[in-house]
Amino acid sequence: MEFDTQVFWSALFSAAYLKGALITLSLTVIGHATAIVVSLPMALVLNGSNRIARTLASGYVLVFRAVPQLLLLLFVWNALPQFIPIFREPWFNPFLAAWLALSLNEAAYQVEINRSALRSVDHGQGAAGIALGLTYTDVFRFIVFPQAARIAIAPTVNEFITLLKITSLASVISLQELMTVTQIEVARTFQFSEYYLAALIYYLVMVFTLMAIQKRVERRFSWARSGMPGATGGAR
Amino acid sequence: MSGAALIRVDSVRKNYGEFTALENVNLSVFQGEKIVVCGPSGSGKSTLIRCINGLERHDAGTITFDGEELYASGVSLTRIRRHVGMVFQNFNLFPHLSVLENCILAPKRTQGISDAQARERARGYLDRVHILDQADKYPGELSGGQQQRVAIARALCMEPRAMLFDEPTSALDPEMIGEVLDVMTDLAESGMTMICVTHEMGFARRVADRVVFMDRGSIMETSQPDEFFANPQTERAAAFLQKLLHL
Ligand SMILES: Nc1ncnc2c1ncn2[C@@H]1O[C@H](COP(=O)(O)OP(=O)(O)O)[C@@H](O)[C@H]1O
Ligand SMILES: [Mg+2]
Repeated sequence: MEFDTQVFWSALFSAAYLKGALITLSLTVIGHATAIVVSLPMALVLNGSNRIARTLASGYVLVFRAVPQLLLLLFVWNALPQFIPIFREPWFNPFLAAWLALSLNEAAYQVEINRSALRSVDHGQGAAGIALGLTYTDVFRFIVFPQAARIAIAPTVNEFITLLKITSLASVISLQELMTVTQIEVARTFQFSEYYLAALIYYLVMVFTLMAIQKRVERRFSWARSGMPGATGGAR
Repeated sequence: MSGAALIRVDSVRKNYGEFTALENVNLSVFQGEKIVVCGPSGSGKSTLIRCINGLERHDAGTITFDGEELYASGVSLTRIRRHVGMVFQNFNLFPHLSVLENCILAPKRTQGISDAQARERARGYLDRVHILDQADKYPGELSGGQQQRVAIARALCMEPRAMLFDEPTSALDPEMIGEVLDVMTDLAESGMTMICVTHEMGFARRVADRVVFMDRGSIMETSQPDEFFANPQTERAAAFLQKLLHL
């Protein structure tokens, strides 16, 4: 079978592909943003001293890291409406199901990144803020969080890229993201290479763009040439 | 001296688990007084300093600042800390903020002053510690001595009523100790109330009203500096001074 350049180009610029890629990207962005919002308090709890909250949070992490994403997607889409009536209503579409499932799952991974980033901020930083009379909230907002965020950027972008690819699993619940669109076209025409290559190019462009953004953000966050304080002489 | 003490530590005990880090510590510091605290490593000097501004909570006894008892109901620890500056051994500057930003953060957030006011005040104190020309640099770009002077300026920007120093020169290369001590001496001469944990005996002689010697969590003796160096009252103090001389 010949490679049909015509088919490839028209797939690449088709509305279906573009829309599929947009769904992929928006599901990733919204899902990851939700995961970050959920995982930040969870990381604080896990690093904190409240035992009950800590047990609950580590239970969450344990469960959602163990469950395969595919199972979680199918569970949220097919089984959840059986237990909870509001999910039977028409507004509950595959996009919302995928968003819910992937956020729950991603939060369990993101929490570890947040946790180690928060831990890497020296205790003296918080102590200095407290000693200045700042409130705990301000110490977190202006001192601990910005320093932890810098550490978390690279692993967070890695997670984002992983999630971008994982969204393709949502084809099992008939979400019209990029891979679903690709498979529909392939099933219709049997022109594998043309449609696969077009999809590949979309993924490559999305991932490379992200990596470029990561570089820029990291540069913006690198505040001092020599990095950390105490460059000359540490604690004895 | 007469009147009430600015800082009063009364029968304070502090435990870390089973370990007693402070035992029956009593210390009164009056407005304008300069106290030097010394003693062997692990004797509880840092613990005492950290208890005074509530970075650590003591287990028994009372600590009062300007008549307000720490941890008493209705007394805000955060508000007290705004009147007590602290300088750490490791500087603890905020590495993601410029020197000037380090100095304006707390005044802006806690004293309701404008950005312009905070900057002007910060420039004043940075000038006073002779580092105004580095105001836009980041801490990582400065030497240890410069960083510690910024840390002092940052604390002064809160216009505190007392300053606590926890071995401010012991993380510094020897050639940078002088510049930090000069700034501290200048501050002492301006009338600031100071508690300094330090083993810089020249500084103690020049500046201290009293030297407090600690060992194993207790204050072993309190004397005038000349008296302390010439005639230490306890054997342990004598042994400690001996070691210090032979460093
Ligand atoms: N957070 C802590 N947990 C347990 N022990 C501590 C803690 N901080 C200090 N200590 C112990 O308390 C004692 C006094 O410490 P510290 O006040 O730092 O002494 P110094 O400043 O005089 O060297 C030491 O034996 C130290 O090991
Ligand atoms: Mg100490």
